[in-house]
Amino acid sequence: MSALTATPEIDGAPRIVLEARNIVKSYGHVVALDGVDFDLRAGEILAVVGDNGAGKSTLIKTLTGAVVPDSGEILLDGQPVHFKGPLDARHRGIETVYQDLAVAPALDIPSNLFLGRELLAPGILGSVFRRLDKRRMREEAEKAMADLKFRLPSIASRVENLSGGQRQGVAVARAAVFARKLAIMDEPTAALGVRETGQVLELIRAIRDRGLPVVLISHNMPNVFELADRIFIMRLGRRAAVVSPKTHTMADVVAIMTGAVKVEAG
Amino acid sequence: MSSATPSAPEASAGLFSRTKAIPAVGPILVLLAFCLVFAITNPRFLAPHNQSIILQQTIVVGTLAIGQTLVILTAGIDLAVGAICVLGTIVAGKLVLLGYDPLLSMLFAVFLCTLSGFVAGALVSRLDLPPFIVTLGTLGILTAALRLISKGGAFPVQDDFLGLTGNTFRVGSFVLTYGVIAMLLLYAIVWYLLNETRWGRHLYAIGNNPEAARLVGIPVRLHLLQVYALAGLIYGLTAWLALGRIPNADPNALQTANLDSITAVVIGGTSLFGGRGGLVGTLIGALIVGVLRNGLTLAGIDPLWQDLVTGILVIVAVAFDQLSRRRR
Ligand SMILES: Nc1ncnc2c1ncn2[C@@H]1O[C@H](COP(=O)(O)OP(=O)(O)O)[C@@H](O)[C@H]1O
Ligand SMILES: [Mg+2]
Repeated sequence: MSALTATPEIDGAPRIVLEARNIVKSYGHVVALDGVDFDLRAGEILAVVGDNGAGKSTLIKTLTGAVVPDSGEILLDGQPVHFKGPLDARHRGIETVYQDLAVAPALDIPSNLFLGRELLAPGILGSVFRRLDKRRMREEAEKAMADLKFRLPSIASRVENLSGGQRQGVAVARAAVFARKLAIMDEPTAALGVRETGQVLELIRAIRDRGLPVVLISHNMPNVFELADRIFIMRLGRRAAVVSPKTHTMADVVAIMTGAVKVEAG
Repeated sequence: MSSATPSAPEASAGLFSRTKAIPAVGPILVLLAFCLVFAITNPRFLAPHNQSIILQQTIVVGTLAIGQTLVILTAGIDLAVGAICVLGTIVAGKLVLLGYDPLLSMLFAVFLCTLSGFVAGALVSRLDLPPFIVTLGTLGILTAALRLISKGGAFPVQDDFLGLTGNTFRVGSFVLTYGVIAMLLLYAIVWYLLNETRWGRHLYAIGNNPEAARLVGIPVRLHLLQVYALAGLIYGLTAWLALGRIPNADPNALQTANLDSITAVVIGGTSLFGGRGGLVGTLIGALIVGVLRNGLTLAGIDPLWQDLVTGILVIVAVAFDQLSRRRR
């Protein structure tokens, strides 16, 4: 976490963690991304908004390696990267929270937190007999949840016995624990009620406060304005504008999203 | 900034307490209930001699049910359990009859069984064919091929090595066979694999939510292939245990292996929808099937009634599975 704990500068030029230049991606005749520029700054929550089909998910997928762009450049900490798959991006410290489908409900919280990255016991028990270190996973899961101030009934609960918000909390915590560079969340609260949404938003804020930048895709304008440091507005496969919630209103953002108002991209 | 501070997460103490419950407690109660009924109606049921027999009668179905458990945990089903096992007995028996070394013959037979599982696994994992159809096809192909090879008839297999697992030893007044020990050993090994290793954890995750497993980077297809191949290996080893039980290679044997092994797994609490359950339940489930068949035999009831009762049992167990799924 060394370099990441630097707080973002409010004015001046904060460090850019992830940058994309002139990304193009077509599916047959459909141009999903039509030359998008994107940048994520250290320590910020960047909201990505746009109408259905604007290209939000496709953009995110190019950043997480799930989709390889037709052209364009992606830079992580200023270094060009070419992700061939989601694992590539994960190895480079980029974690993604998917809208759903992200947990195994019958497994307990530590198993879900460490899914695909289980810790093995020390010594030959681990190296030869491939034995899991269940105790350490439980302890680290407990610690992670405590660090994030996320309260759960018990760390040994199966995820299916948690509320929707707590479940999504587990998925968000997984990203928080393993992300070294940034976390991306695709509509993490879309399926949640008001109160549960509050829990997850608090968690996202806790991640940002630890110095990790977060990309948040959301349809929920009040949430976006509550949380985001900057708002990235997409329209028809392009970046329509990047605005600050301090200088623009929800009505402004919606107007840009729908094309009622044109803004110079910049 | 805002008033929407999250409140304490709602604690679901009632639901949570369920996770602490011993998973096999239901099956154990069913087993005890059956034992009680048979013990009351027939004093011979509880005799040590009969208990030994039940254990020995459980070996084949019990061991096949290990492989069946692995497949069902991935939300699949294996209808070729009996056929692959019979493949093992016929190949090993034939080779020994032809004068080949018994150990090598058995190894080759186990290899062929593993290969059968591997091919089924490849079709399921690479071509996304439904496990039900792939293993049903395997069942048909193997059954026909084995009848052709053995010209329809059974033949005796008289060989010390192939019959080794039928050798007995005494523990107090119990007579056990090496086969019983081999079965329990296999249960222990695969239990370890399922509960204590990454491989097992990933298997549960795949059965539970394959998309989540894929997204966290678990090689889902490769894992499925391994599961079917391992199941085939287990069925091959079962062939050896089966020859120790009955020194006979019969292409028409194990007709009820599908029914019995699936019943054992499902009544043991493993969900047909994948990702839930485990081997402790399956062992109890196999004992339930063994006790049921033994008790009904002692009562002098026609074996067809045993199949009938087993059929009812599996449907009841699946109904419970479905109901508990709806409650989730
Ligand atoms: N796999 C795909 N195949 C074909 N077209 C796609 C695919 N993914 C996205 N698209 C198209 O690309 C455009 C952008 O989609 P998407 O990135 O999902 O938008 P958003 O997430 O903003 O709703 C849409 O027109 C969509 O139909
Ligand atoms: Mg989308």
